[in-house]
Amino acid sequence: MTNPTLATGLLSALCLAVPATLPLAASAQVPELRVLTYDSFTAEWGPGPQIEAAFEETCGCDLVFESAGDGAAMLARLMLTGDRTEADVVVGLDTNLTAAALDAGLIAEHGLSPDLDLPVAWDDAHFIPFDWSWFAFVYDTTRVDTPPASFAELIDSDLSVVIQDPRSSTPGLGLLMWVEAAYGDEAPAIWEGLAPRILTVTPGWSEAYGLFLEGEADMVLSYTTSPAYHVIAEDDETKAAALFDEGHYMQVEVAGIVAGTDQPDLAAQFMAFVTSDTFQSIIPETNWMYPAVMPEAGLAEGFQGLIRPETSLLFPADEAQARRDAALGVWRDALAR
Amino acid sequence: MKTGAALVAALLLALNLGALVAVALRAEHSAGWGGADWAALRFTLWQAALSALFSVALAIPVARALARRRFGGRRALIVLMGAPFILPVLVAVVGLLALLGRNGILNDLLGLVGLPRLQIYGLHGVVLAHVFLNLPLSVRLLLQGWARIPSEHLRLQAALGFGGLARFRLIEAPMLARILPGTLGVVFLICLTSFAVALTLGGGPRATTLELAIYQAFRFDFDLGRAALLAAVQAGVGLAALLLLARLALPEAGAVGMDRPAPAPPGGLARALDATAIGLAALFLLAPLTLVILRGLPYVAGLPPVIWWATGRSLLVAGASVLLLALFAGLLTAAALRRTWPEILGASALLASPLVIGTGLFLMVNPWIDPQRLALPVTALVNAAMALPFVLRALIPAARRAEADFARLSASLGLSPLAHWRLVLWPRLRRPAGFALGLGAALSLGDLGVIVLFAQTGSETLPMEMHRLLGAYRSGDSSGAAVLLLGLSLGAFVALERLIGGRDAEA
Amino acid sequence: MLRLEKTDITLGSFRLQADLSIADGARVAVMGPSGAGKSTLIGAVAGFVPLRSGQVLWDETRIDTLAPAKRPLSILFQDNNLLPHLSVFDNVALGVDPNLRLKPDQRAAVMQALAETGLDGLEARKPGQLSGGQISRAGLARVLLRARPVILLDEPFAALGPALKRQMLDLVARIADETGATVLMITHDPGDARRLCDEILLVADGVAHPPAPTEALLADPPPALKAYLG
Repeated sequence: MTNPTLATGLLSALCLAVPATLPLAASAQVPELRVLTYDSFTAEWGPGPQIEAAFEETCGCDLVFESAGDGAAMLARLMLTGDRTEADVVVGLDTNLTAAALDAGLIAEHGLSPDLDLPVAWDDAHFIPFDWSWFAFVYDTTRVDTPPASFAELIDSDLSVVIQDPRSSTPGLGLLMWVEAAYGDEAPAIWEGLAPRILTVTPGWSEAYGLFLEGEADMVLSYTTSPAYHVIAEDDETKAAALFDEGHYMQVEVAGIVAGTDQPDLAAQFMAFVTSDTFQSIIPETNWMYPAVMPEAGLAEGFQGLIRPETSLLFPADEAQARRDAALGVWRDALAR
Repeated sequence: MKTGAALVAALLLALNLGALVAVALRAEHSAGWGGADWAALRFTLWQAALSALFSVALAIPVARALARRRFGGRRALIVLMGAPFILPVLVAVVGLLALLGRNGILNDLLGLVGLPRLQIYGLHGVVLAHVFLNLPLSVRLLLQGWARIPSEHLRLQAALGFGGLARFRLIEAPMLARILPGTLGVVFLICLTSFAVALTLGGGPRATTLELAIYQAFRFDFDLGRAALLAAVQAGVGLAALLLLARLALPEAGAVGMDRPAPAPPGGLARALDATAIGLAALFLLAPLTLVILRGLPYVAGLPPVIWWATGRSLLVAGASVLLLALFAGLLTAAALRRTWPEILGASALLASPLVIGTGLFLMVNPWIDPQRLALPVTALVNAAMALPFVLRALIPAARRAEADFARLSASLGLSPLAHWRLVLWPRLRRPAGFALGLGAALSLGDLGVIVLFAQTGSETLPMEMHRLLGAYRSGDSSGAAVLLLGLSLGAFVALERLIGGRDAEA
Repeated sequence: MLRLEKTDITLGSFRLQADLSIADGARVAVMGPSGAGKSTLIGAVAGFVPLRSGQVLWDETRIDTLAPAKRPLSILFQDNNLLPHLSVFDNVALGVDPNLRLKPDQRAAVMQALAETGLDGLEARKPGQLSGGQISRAGLARVLLRARPVILLDEPFAALGPALKRQMLDLVARIADETGATVLMITHDPGDARRLCDEILLVADGVAHPPAPTEALLADPPPALKAYLG
């Protein structure tokens, strides 16, 4: 029944199989740059493939993406692996998470001072923004005639909404901050009101948006720029973002160098590449966000018809971090009922 | 041999108790137990209770109908009732989504007649999936209850002219009263540690089980203290349920689907009700699987390369897991011929859930090596430990029976230990061993549990990739992967059962 | 000569004492009430039941210290004399080589034993494909093949019908004639005892009595045997 030698052999093969998939930096002729990012960034239709090709043209290196669910799960992954991480650069944290990453000593300074086209001032020694947008609820105009114009209207509607888990997903965390910024002490009441409207909470943006596209929910938490994808890539004008009176919370997505990198030069080169025209002109029509530096060619026409909130909400990074735990507790308790 | 068994025992104890101790030590440093944690505990108990209740309540008419009716395909249906044991949970989930999801067939039908659509995410979905997975088990357990009603009693009630009510009250109700608590307990215990179902169909904090909360504390919050605290609570709940279960009478595994002469069952309405119960149960169990196969088959060939890599890793893990399982089970069964501790030890693997053991192992190895490098070996080991109770339940009684029947004969003939093993024990054990190891392989292939705590990019298994596809709503590819996984699990089960069990081995 | 010298068997509260000899070539029926210890006595001779004290001797040599297979005897149990997954041939062949690696002359001996017990042509069958009588014959074929000086029969024919049982008893008699073996057979049936055995060993009230001639004993049974026979 048992052949111990075979068993031992298979087991050791199993143990070897894992390290074998890891880079053998010493023996590799081409240096490798490992970029930790979120799932949808590396998808075929995401920015990943084009960015990899463009960067590899100039760097003489092999750029390898490592994805770990959604943005917030990525931070948990970084903390989980700690000093052992293989990643050199992390792409896709947002301002709600940067403080936590800094506190954990995970990020090195980049030493750059790029010119940016952000709606907010940016001066940060560790992170460089690569795109931004506003969070918004996206709906299908053929199914929802009059979208809610505020959280209050959403609460009073009978619409079903999919949101993301704030512990694993940056949009999910963004919504938490949105409600905090708009309602402050009244946030618990808003969450209690929203709870019956929430169909389900997904771990990441991809899952939630997929549910919405499959018709499982009436609205999904996404971005004001998401409808541009349907207009440009699918020639479909039926998706729109609902404009809320309270104003919209902003997301600024950033890149940073992992403190323990063994490729500091390549990592620095990548950080400079992030604000380059090549990188920035790939972003709008792959990540469906506004570029951090306006590309020379400008934005495609599909971006022109999008809603532009009059009020932008955004906590500074340390304030977002300070509010996170309490807000998360409110959220969990409200939704657990 | 003896040292081997002792080593296995030590390993299993280290795995179980070590994990619990590691978890308990770490849990002390936790931030504390909040409202959402209470909600997870409540939800865990509530969904397990509902799942057990519905599974068993629905199983009663089905088992009753199967017990007293004879029809073509009855035996096949009873065999099919055993299939969900080797059905990967994610395949079941994909099938249920195809049938009952927002855009599933049933909802399309409901939409056509203007009824509101069914909702599969949240409590309903979790309970529904658990009923799907545990209804067959409940039917089989209850069938054994009916099988052990002596045929004389059935003849007696026919001779005395009992009506339907009297028959139920005097013959069936006492049997059910004996057998139902144990059956409910088994399903409750199984659902208590449900992870993959809650992961895919549970929705947010409202539908989070403790197992899922452990995972979230790990992967989302990187809060090892909270994960450990949750794991400690999960272990406590599991232990309480196990102790409770130990006091309940469990139907023994035995002859199912007896074809012994019994008086003709009542016709008319009773007959129609029996037919309905069997028909609905068959539809409920078969429709989702049929949908998966129909939907997924065209996608199998075009599955992306990552899926095939993951498939290779899954096969490697399952292979290693089966070898470990065979080693553990062989040594413990040999030891169990003289002693009783191996049985108790084997059953203790039920004590800690996969995620509790996973958490414990993570905490134990974390200071020494990168746990993520151990994702696959740890998965193989935990899968083997989890399947061990089932294997020992199949092997030890068979080995003891063989020993009771033939030990004196082989002593009187002077068979050497090797000849005794080869000629007496192995022929009696290979059938249950083939079945049990096949089951172990299928369970390991379909497992989505401890791997999610450890895995990193490059060590995903097929169920993990399937979960990812499911999350991305690539329903074609996920159905294709489901067909692949289903085929592999069934194939591994049948292959091992044949290979080890032998085609004409007689028990 | 088989001798039980001051043997004492104690199993929990059960106790059986014996101090007796059985002559070479004797055929002895072991009789007594259910639960008196007939199987225990046979088990002690065969080596499955330990002695508390005393000795079992064969030709003045102690055998109670030997493993069952080393003792100069063959035994047939009530059931399970054949391994269900082995052919009739292999089951009988276990009697010459427990590892079933037979030389040509040993194979011929097995075939010979099968022929003598009336199992020609059935050697490839599995026990499940045999009748009750054929199963008994196969067991006896192995006893014949082993040709040990003592044959112990623990009611192996209890489940057979009267005619078949008589055939088996005659077969045992023939085998005993051929090998010159001493036979100890447990039975409940005085008819069996008369047919095969010249002596009866009565087990009753915790004592195995020395064998006495069959006819004499049956004609004037002691109280214990009388109560048992009714």
